[in-house]
Amino acid sequence: MRSLVLPEFTISRSEECDRCRACEHQCPFGAHTYDVSKDKMISDSYRCAGCQRCAVFCPKGAIEIRPAPSFYRPNASWSRERIEDIKRQAESGGVLLTGCGSDKPFRIYWDHMLLNASQVTNPSIDPLREPMELRTFLGSKPDRLSLRSDTDTATDPFLMVETPVLFSAMSYGAISYNAFQALAIAASRSGTFFNTGEGGMPSEMKSQFKKHAIVQVASGRFGIDAEYLNCAAAVEIKIGQGAKPGIGGHLPGEKVSQHVAATRMIPEGTDAISPAPHHDIYSIEDLEMLISAIKEVTNYEKPVIVKVAAVHNISAIASGIVRAGADILAIDGVRGGTGAAPKVIRDNVGIPIELAISSVDRRLRDEGIRERCSIIAGGGIRCSADVVKAIALGADAVYIGTAALIAMGCTLCQRCHTGRCSWGICTQDPGLMRRLNVDDASRRLVNLLSAWSHEIKEMLGGMGINAIESLRGNRDQLRGIGLHEWELDVLGIKGAGE
Amino acid sequence: MSVRRQKLYSKEICACSIFGAMSRAGERFTGERVIRAMASMHHRGNGLGGGFAAYGIYPEFREYYAFHLMFTGDARAQREAKRAAEEFLLRNFDVVHDEEIPHSDDVHVRDPPLLWRYFLSPSKHGEDIDLPDDEYVVRKVIHVNSAIDNAYIFSSGKNMGCFKGVGYPEEIGRYFMLDRLYRGYLWTAHGRFPTNSQAWWGGAHPFGLLDTTVVHNGEISSYGTNRWYLEMLGYKCTLHTDTEVLAYAVDLLMRRQDLPMEIVAKILAPPTWETIDRMDVRKRELLTALRRIYAPLLMNGPFAVIVAQSGRMIGLTDRIRLRPLTVATRGDMFYISSEEASVRLISPSLDSVWSPRGGEPVVCEIDGMFEGRLEHEIAGAA
Ligand code: SF4
Ligand code: SF4
Repeated sequence: MRSLVLPEFTISRSEECDRCRACEHQCPFGAHTYDVSKDKMISDSYRCAGCQRCAVFCPKGAIEIRPAPSFYRPNASWSRERIEDIKRQAESGGVLLTGCGSDKPFRIYWDHMLLNASQVTNPSIDPLREPMELRTFLGSKPDRLSLRSDTDTATDPFLMVETPVLFSAMSYGAISYNAFQALAIAASRSGTFFNTGEGGMPSEMKSQFKKHAIVQVASGRFGIDAEYLNCAAAVEIKIGQGAKPGIGGHLPGEKVSQHVAATRMIPEGTDAISPAPHHDIYSIEDLEMLISAIKEVTNYEKPVIVKVAAVHNISAIASGIVRAGADILAIDGVRGGTGAAPKVIRDNVGIPIELAISSVDRRLRDEGIRERCSIIAGGGIRCSADVVKAIALGADAVYIGTAALIAMGCTLCQRCHTGRCSWGICTQDPGLMRRLNVDDASRRLVNLLSAWSHEIKEMLGGMGINAIESLRGNRDQLRGIGLHEWELDVLGIKGAGE
Repeated sequence: MSVRRQKLYSKEICACSIFGAMSRAGERFTGERVIRAMASMHHRGNGLGGGFAAYGIYPEFREYYAFHLMFTGDARAQREAKRAAEEFLLRNFDVVHDEEIPHSDDVHVRDPPLLWRYFLSPSKHGEDIDLPDDEYVVRKVIHVNSAIDNAYIFSSGKNMGCFKGVGYPEEIGRYFMLDRLYRGYLWTAHGRFPTNSQAWWGGAHPFGLLDTTVVHNGEISSYGTNRWYLEMLGYKCTLHTDTEVLAYAVDLLMRRQDLPMEIVAKILAPPTWETIDRMDVRKRELLTALRRIYAPLLMNGPFAVIVAQSGRMIGLTDRIRLRPLTVATRGDMFYISSEEASVRLISPSLDSVWSPRGGEPVVCEIDGMFEGRLEHEIAGAA
């Protein structure tokens, strides 16, 4: 069926073009072709995903990709997106799939909170001259230290991070082997952790990276055996994900290469389907049993993380999870990324992470169980200030996914689900995958974490605080701007100037 | 502002002078020299708060908890507060003696509240019957301070008392006639420089629970973090000052959890990770565990404090020593002060004078004095 959707982008090529055909080679969607008879490059803007790969790699800088100026008659109710979604569905008859986190303009609360700084009554601290500590511990903490048995204090397993930023779950399969490796290397160099997602851990990486890996147990249970659970610093049970709460996963057979298949312990080329729920968890006591089983298998040496999507009654859910024995609670907000999700779910289900952190933290404090678990917040963390604000709202640390992909080259073109990622990140195509150099990508990730850490130190120093832990739940350091009363109440902060 | 948000942190900010004097031999002396020392640091306060804690002043009632209460508001409010508080006290305690706290009308102070003291012992019933005395008293104090309007218990230990109010410390000292009526073996004092002008007698230091009192110079930037942790454990931070959280942290760690001061100091003002990572295994593990478990009690920001308890006085600064603290000895006398000059004023020659390192507690006890006893504690724990 001929598509009636207008192209989203226009490709323009300047006089500089000397027909080297680099763009043709770079575009994984076949938007550029060379017409031999006319000795001319031809562009098909209908195919363009706006990934900017060709523009960056054109040796002459001759290509420019711009949002297409063409339009449907403007209509407040029928936006271009609504019109095009309908046309696409009329053409395909299926669920619209997409990649990346929601691009909808839900209020970004990070941008409505301002940080404090010391003036006169309290000196600010210069992080270049004074110690400034970002190290923190994730896991369940006892109420007190018993001095008589201080040698046994190591009973509660924990994760120690040198900076409160961890890489969130991105599975080998969804992302390429190179991207997966780059994350692992960067995590180990930066004193933090990467998360295998539900795709298992390639066996050759197990020994080298186990100290910095969080392995995931998701509803598909791919690649899970005792060895897998034990080749990690922590085990994460994935209940849900911000981009698709309540929805399972589907890795299409084309992405299941031989190596992916071996790692996931499934036949090559078969679809890897994760059911929506865990079929052994239909209620909170079932979760408790799975947590105990994992602890038993890992000899009580590893903290167990339970990851959930931020949904409406997240605080009650969080309380249940803590009581079920989770050491760490990971919450993923509505803007969390994904390799593939139904668009309608991604854009309509869940709540923003900022509100979720605050209400979960408050609920756990009210119940007196806040220290029985740590909170890792994810889904929409874009910069170091977001990290600082998340911690001031009550998180212990954050997960970043999208930010890490962008550091490696991702341009948020939202085509991850096609498996044709032009940057070699979200693909299993050997040719495309080779585009991502592991060394280079890991260096970019390490740099990103180091840059953010420096910025976090500057912000802490400005507040007169020299340990990140003194910021946790310190809402005093935040003020809201442009927010309604109810939003300030949920966030538990005052308005600017109050 | 919505009611819910009104209750959010509204921390007072202040800078101050602090002073402590103790006789290691347990000799009791009047507050006269302490008042003089404080007067010499007049400029560190602004007349909006001064106070003293004195230990060993009620030997005749040493078995009984000595409650100092203030009733604020207009005369009617004061009467009503006193009635409500007394009704509560009589229901929960045996009161053996009560009287107005003596004061001198010659000293002019602003809006003095009605000040009353009660000597009492717990009279437990119902589900409280099995509570230890101290815990029982703490709960009742927290109740009065958070639930009875205009009544505030500002001193609740045995054989000790706090005296505080709005004014310069030397005025407050003379108002309560500390130079004439009381003899204690340990005195701490505080002059306050709040940056807001709300003059409330209860807002002056010392703050305390039972016989632990704290005088504090500084601003705790981790207030929000410290506060939620303590509130989670049942404390109610009603006074909106960071000193209150210090007092509760000390109560939690020393009384409820029975940790020694040397460990407590490492919780409130821990060494940096850089230092910890270089320590030998045993010490490193202990300090790492402390920081892991008690991170929300780390007091961040500039502070110098003097914590006093029966028979002991402790000086501590924040871990990077952003507020001054000088320690001095002369014979049996032990001094801690914001300024050396104030010590020299009352004791011109001294045996030793030094500034303790950041995060290192200086502890003086009736039977001796030592610094940084952590080594000792580790050996003890082994
Ligand atoms: S999809 Fe990417 S590489 Fe292809 S034309 Fe568009 S911007 Fe260029
Ligand atoms: S990972 Fe690749 S396909 Fe996905 S949004 Fe980024 S650039 Fe596009």
